[in-house]
Amino acid sequence: MRLSEKQWTLLILAALIALSPFFFPSSYYYRVGSLIFVNGLAVTGIVILTGYAGQISLGHAGFAGIGAYACALAPAHLGLHPALALVLGAAISGVLAFLVGRPILRLKGYYLAVASLGLGILVAMALANESWITGGPDGIKVADLGLRAVLKSQGLDLSNTEFWYAFTGLALLIGAWLALNLHDSPTGRALRALHGSEIAARTVGIDVARAKLAAFVISAVYASVSGSLLALQNRFITPDVAGYMHSIEMVTMAVLGGAGSVLGAIFGAGILTMLPQVLTVFAEYEQLMLGLVMMLVMIFMRQGLLPSVLRLIRGRGE
Amino acid sequence: MTVLLEIEGLGISFGGLRAVNDVSFRVNPGEIVSVIGPNGAGKTTLFNMISGIYKPGAGRVRLMGEDVTGISPHLLARRGMSRTFQNLQIFQSMTVLENAVAGYHLQESGSVLADLLGLPASRRRAAAAREGARQLLERVDLARAAEMEAGSLSYGALKRLEIARALALNPKVLLLDEPAAGCNAVETEEIDHLIAEVAASGVAILLVEHDMKMVMRISRHIVVLDHGEKIAEGDPATVSRNPKVIEAYLGTQAEDAHAHG
Repeated sequence: MRLSEKQWTLLILAALIALSPFFFPSSYYYRVGSLIFVNGLAVTGIVILTGYAGQISLGHAGFAGIGAYACALAPAHLGLHPALALVLGAAISGVLAFLVGRPILRLKGYYLAVASLGLGILVAMALANESWITGGPDGIKVADLGLRAVLKSQGLDLSNTEFWYAFTGLALLIGAWLALNLHDSPTGRALRALHGSEIAARTVGIDVARAKLAAFVISAVYASVSGSLLALQNRFITPDVAGYMHSIEMVTMAVLGGAGSVLGAIFGAGILTMLPQVLTVFAEYEQLMLGLVMMLVMIFMRQGLLPSVLRLIRGRGE
Repeated sequence: MTVLLEIEGLGISFGGLRAVNDVSFRVNPGEIVSVIGPNGAGKTTLFNMISGIYKPGAGRVRLMGEDVTGISPHLLARRGMSRTFQNLQIFQSMTVLENAVAGYHLQESGSVLADLLGLPASRRRAAAAREGARQLLERVDLARAAEMEAGSLSYGALKRLEIARALALNPKVLLLDEPAAGCNAVETEEIDHLIAEVAASGVAILLVEHDMKMVMRISRHIVVLDHGEKIAEGDPATVSRNPKVIEAYLGTQAEDAHAHG
């Protein structure tokens, strides 16, 4: 049986997640892996917004911030279970994206990029300044998800890093599966159609503003869940999660790997998450490096690393 | 017979310049009405007003008796209007098949959640649209190119693909903006047959076309525009004898032919 692109992507992703630990020199790499998966999840949301629908957000870290702080604040103040706090954060992010996107996405052009930039900065400022509840720039403690203890009582004893590696890996797989379902569905086709020609999309009956709004809301939920998982994993969170640089990072990861392809974008998240861990030079000059990467990709491989490489291989094969 | 499309006193100005002024005509079911005129006469502007891309400055557009002036293209699509573009509007990075499937949007779209989860309902809708699209591609002789990237097709093939996508909406009124432009004689004849066939099934067709032989051959009624105004209308024989038309249109057409070499 021939596998579809969706099945290939999920298979490759599952294999990478399952087999990589056999090559880990130390348990530190579980930690790097789960960071890649968390970033990969946010970037998969960017694929839906930017890769499918062609819309650009420069404030998605704001939604990650909402997701992260929901997991810090809702258990402490509302007595909510951390898992429900994640759901609450996703709901707030989705509603906020809806409210902001609805008026903005009726307009053509780069309004979404500018509006989301403002929204992201606003969320980051609120998190840093409202220290009476958020703990301010120093950050805040996050409750334990508690799932590891449950697994332990069932006889599955994982170390903290192993657990988070598996858990975020699973979340990434689910996120990728949803995004791939969407790609070939009527909604995904409408998004890709309006990306290709907005005017033609309208004449075939696509409600362009509504379709863009759906993409924006879905991608906001992805970012929010990613932020929640980061917070739950670290058991601690600072307003940096909502910072402007984090938004730029998400877009750069997607663009580097290939915003049009789920596997490509996750690949991009992998590279840009690993580099600062491996090369201290990269960590020191991260902002400079991100800018450089973005420029080089735009000049030499507009489609991103993975699609460009695949095209090269296929081109030679013919 | 009920009038499908009725244009009444339609007009628009851009920065004080009257692009189209007081144009009226009607199109009945199964009828092919052509709009002709020299370059810059306002034909495409007229199309853009009828199809909701521009909001008319004056006048009314009625679809099956209902006033649809200035409503959005996606709502017009729901009411049975469909169109193609003079300067192709193809979804370049999609396959040929997917371009045609996109034409089935109104039939295939449902809940976003079902699409995300890949529920059977969502897949059924998509499969039905794909099946319809395959048949349409067969009809415009593009079935063999179905899995190719649309951007790699020849100009004539893209023109046919655009018509197929417009037909996917199962329209009551079809607006074709220069469907034969850039096509060779064989392709033009194919498009010609296709248009006649679609009209025969009861669709009202409004056509802008520079190929005068084609226009004279297939139109029931011709509207002539010059400098945004309707200067003549009637059946092909009447229009081609009209001195105003000969002066405004056929005269410049001879120049055009010369200029294009």
